[in-house]
Amino acid sequence: MHIQARERIDGLVRSLIKATGLIVISILGGIFFMLLWNTVSFFIHVSPLDFITGTQWNPTGRHATYGILPLLVSTCLVTLGAMAIAIPLGIGTAAFMSEYAGKRLKNILKPAVEMLAAVPSVAIGFLGIVALGPGIARLTQLSNGLNALNGAILLSVMSLPTIITVAEDAINGVPATYKEASLGIGATKWQTLTRVTIPAAAPGIVAAIMLGVGRAIGETMTVLMATGNAASFPKGFFDSVRTITATIAIEMGEVPYQTTHYYSLFAIAGILFLLTLVVNMAGEYFVNKFRKFHSA
Amino acid sequence: MNSEHIKLAARNVDLWFGAKHVLKQVNAAFPQNEVTALIGPSGCGKSTLLRSFNRMHDLVPDVRIEGKLLLEEQDLYDKKASVTQLRKRIGMVFQKPNPFPKSIYENITYGLKINGVPAGQHKEIVERSLKESFIWDEVKDDLDKPAMRLSGGQQQRLCIARTVALRPEVILMDEPCSALDPLSTLKIEELIIKLKEEYTIVIVTHNMQQAQRVADKTYFLYLGEVIENGPTASIFNDPKQQLTKNYVTGHFG
Repeated sequence: MHIQARERIDGLVRSLIKATGLIVISILGGIFFMLLWNTVSFFIHVSPLDFITGTQWNPTGRHATYGILPLLVSTCLVTLGAMAIAIPLGIGTAAFMSEYAGKRLKNILKPAVEMLAAVPSVAIGFLGIVALGPGIARLTQLSNGLNALNGAILLSVMSLPTIITVAEDAINGVPATYKEASLGIGATKWQTLTRVTIPAAAPGIVAAIMLGVGRAIGETMTVLMATGNAASFPKGFFDSVRTITATIAIEMGEVPYQTTHYYSLFAIAGILFLLTLVVNMAGEYFVNKFRKFHSA
Repeated sequence: MNSEHIKLAARNVDLWFGAKHVLKQVNAAFPQNEVTALIGPSGCGKSTLLRSFNRMHDLVPDVRIEGKLLLEEQDLYDKKASVTQLRKRIGMVFQKPNPFPKSIYENITYGLKINGVPAGQHKEIVERSLKESFIWDEVKDDLDKPAMRLSGGQQQRLCIARTVALRPEVILMDEPCSALDPLSTLKIEELIIKLKEEYTIVIVTHNMQQAQRVADKTYFLYLGEVIENGPTASIFNDPKQQLTKNYVTGHFG
């Protein structure tokens, strides 16, 4: 091929790649500005202070109130509960898979975990209603088991594949020389795992946890189905809750456009966005902090 | 010469990785307070032999060892022997410097902690072992800095300090200078010669000059067998076997 033709193709491809990049960035920017625009519209009607400190979410009542606290607390409650279950379980499984399990067991476990990620969230929500809910109700003597605990357990199952896969990669990525060094001075396998391997894999493990948190905060369908959706202020894990995501999903379909209620849903979406942003930034901060000791 | 005390020994050792016969009827004896070099071309089994002394092969599946490996008449592969206890008595310095991704101070105290040395003694032992490894003057003001920030030669001396901090009886060194520049190599060699006053040292090396500079005795291995052994000078200057002669004069390997 002629040199000119080759150069022309090179130039063409370069602008094509540039265009794809720009499209993605502009989509992101567009979403962000839509959120911001509508949130600002909302704050013209309702004061931000009332929004943040209000303990009642009742946009359809005669005296509409837009307090995000019950929704925010619901989201945090369910996410924290999910992480309390998923983090130890996920890291434990990851450590087991990469350090203890034999080759054959690992070859079964790994696809099994990946398959777990492929279960649709609506199916998991279904399980929450028909299996987990009645179980919780029986154990706690409540009238039904659709509450924060139910949502937390389901979300932990959903975030497990992410946490396990990323954490296992991180633990596997720790150079064998570290383990040899530790074993070589008389450490047991357990000491090596907890004091050398896991700390060395910490950036990856923190990333795994953050991805898991992100998965749990943003999940909609499962919590919508399994947590009962009472927008009152939750007092504990056995109360029915309604998360930010579920609220948007429930109300967005029926709300008249360009009303305060309509704008309010963008405002809570904005808060959700901020929440995810903070989680990601915290993750990034910890990753950098740990990385310092790795390569100077 | 006959009065010398044999610290570490291999008797009729055979080792297989799967179906591959890597060590064949190896016999070796390493006298106390001497440096013994293991030399031979790549793949001759010298590193494998070295690593079998502190049971690093335990990590590898499909490995089979026959014969006896002894530390002061104690069978290293005795079912009742504690591997961790044994690795404390037989320290190892690896080919590539492998400090932990922790601070310099913690690199030393890690081994102390897991072996139950009281915290009150840590500071003193850190200083002593860093001094013994000739690195104290270079790092004494940066003990809380990441060990990864040190140069390769400093890292390797830190790894040696980490090993001597536990007061092992034997130190195994697997090509400790292969990743280092000549100046760092020289420092490590000086250190090895100093260390033999207290420890028994076995060193695997590809560097003939290094073997001649540091080792009292030398073993030449080829294809998993010990071909010849004896005082370093006689191995290099007056080898009995043709193979040894070819290797030490650089005809192959």
